[in-house]
Amino acid sequence: MKQKEIKRKEILDAGGIARSLSRLALEIFERQQGQKDFAFIGIQRRGFPLAKRIAQKLKEMEKLNIEVGALDINLYRDDFSTVGTAPVLRGTNVPFTVEEKTIILVDDVLFTGRTIRAALEAIVDIGRPKKVELAVFVDRGHRELPIQADYVGLSLNTRREDHVELYLTETDGKDSLILESGK
Amino acid sequence: MKLGKHLLGIEGLSKEEINLILDTAEKMREVAERPIKKVPALRGKLIVNLFFEPSTRTRSSFEIAEKRLSADTLNFSTGTSSVLKGETLLDTVLNIERMQPDAYVMRHASPGSCGFITNYIKGSVINAGDGPHEHPTQALLDALTIRQKKGGFEKLDVLICGDITHSRVVRSNIHLLKTMGANVTVSGPATMIPPYIEKMGVKVETNFEKALLKKDVVMMLRIQLERQEKALFPSLKEYFLTYGLTEERFKLCDSKCIVMHPGPINRGVEIASEVADCKDSVILDQVENGVAVRMAVLYLLLGGGENETSN
Repeated sequence: MKQKEIKRKEILDAGGIARSLSRLALEIFERQQGQKDFAFIGIQRRGFPLAKRIAQKLKEMEKLNIEVGALDINLYRDDFSTVGTAPVLRGTNVPFTVEEKTIILVDDVLFTGRTIRAALEAIVDIGRPKKVELAVFVDRGHRELPIQADYVGLSLNTRREDHVELYLTETDGKDSLILESGK
Repeated sequence: MKLGKHLLGIEGLSKEEINLILDTAEKMREVAERPIKKVPALRGKLIVNLFFEPSTRTRSSFEIAEKRLSADTLNFSTGTSSVLKGETLLDTVLNIERMQPDAYVMRHASPGSCGFITNYIKGSVINAGDGPHEHPTQALLDALTIRQKKGGFEKLDVLICGDITHSRVVRSNIHLLKTMGANVTVSGPATMIPPYIEKMGVKVETNFEKALLKKDVVMMLRIQLERQEKALFPSLKEYFLTYGLTEERFKLCDSKCIVMHPGPINRGVEIASEVADCKDSVILDQVENGVAVRMAVLYLLLGGGENETSN
């Protein structure tokens, strides 16, 4: 195998992530104002802790109690093939009804849009929300489907072959946004 | 962590593989609670249910699991097939193979038959019972039930009672429970306990009441009434008197003991109705877990993806 030099750059540290999340939470609050019927559904694995953090911020800043569910989209993927390993299931747990609510889907990185396509299909199987919106922490471009986010924490210019990873304390032991690019 | 291509038995599976199946099954249970009890994970996959021996429970359980994962299914049982016209197992399989199935779920009277057909096919094989050899998904659903009720397997004292010689359920369960760290005792009439079973790491206690003392889990096996002609015990009534699990005997176990049975149960033969229907009986939980476990196995064997995230 040809050795590739990989450049690893921290885009945001814990403090930066917290500030971006506060901004994201405020934006959601401003746009949802007057509407009480909204809830978060975080996409496993890192969208779920992110959704919980945004809900927590809304509680601290605006005294809102917003429900949070978790969605596992691995049973809805479009890239199953006979090679490779079946992805580990983290489980779907939406402990509230989605009917007549605005559901804000939360994910860490928006890239091809395929995860969101799968998530939309998964949500429809749970119920019929009034509206579905999308909040992502990072939008790194390179969509392969007609999907756009309604709320974006950070837009990042990347190349298709780069790798963007948002590490979170809940899943990885620390907060850090990393961009890896091959030379 | 990846399972092999086939599931032919519990023998040879590691603790990690067993835990992966049980964890995945736990997540699959949620699908059954939805208004739409179906996910598209195995869309476009063809699964053949090849049953050369009668089965209601296992076959329907597999079929529900396949349907919940959106696979296409083909049911094939001896009663309605060319096997009656004299076709051999291999010929039957070679014919079906040309219909490009992705997996076979197979039950057959001959031990090793599931392993045998893996040499002739491209897809996966899941053993749904091959003679007295193994019945891996039954042991896995038993394990899921035990884990839910007991929290784990370490140092758990498990008793299995009945026709140990002819039971594939026992063999799969012994492999699984020993791998997971439980202590296993088998009991039953000496005519139904194979020699050298101790080599599998189990204790033998033909005195049923002694065997029951302080057990955490009691697994009763069905007395196969069709084997009665072999005269392994004098009469069904005598069997119940000696080895039937009555309320009185059940009190000898640990106070938090659970009762299991792979079904179908013979009330008043191996188990008294009062025990089969009591609050410590998890027999129907086992049936419910069967679908989740089979979904997990099918998903893990057939649901390979390129990588975990593509955002």
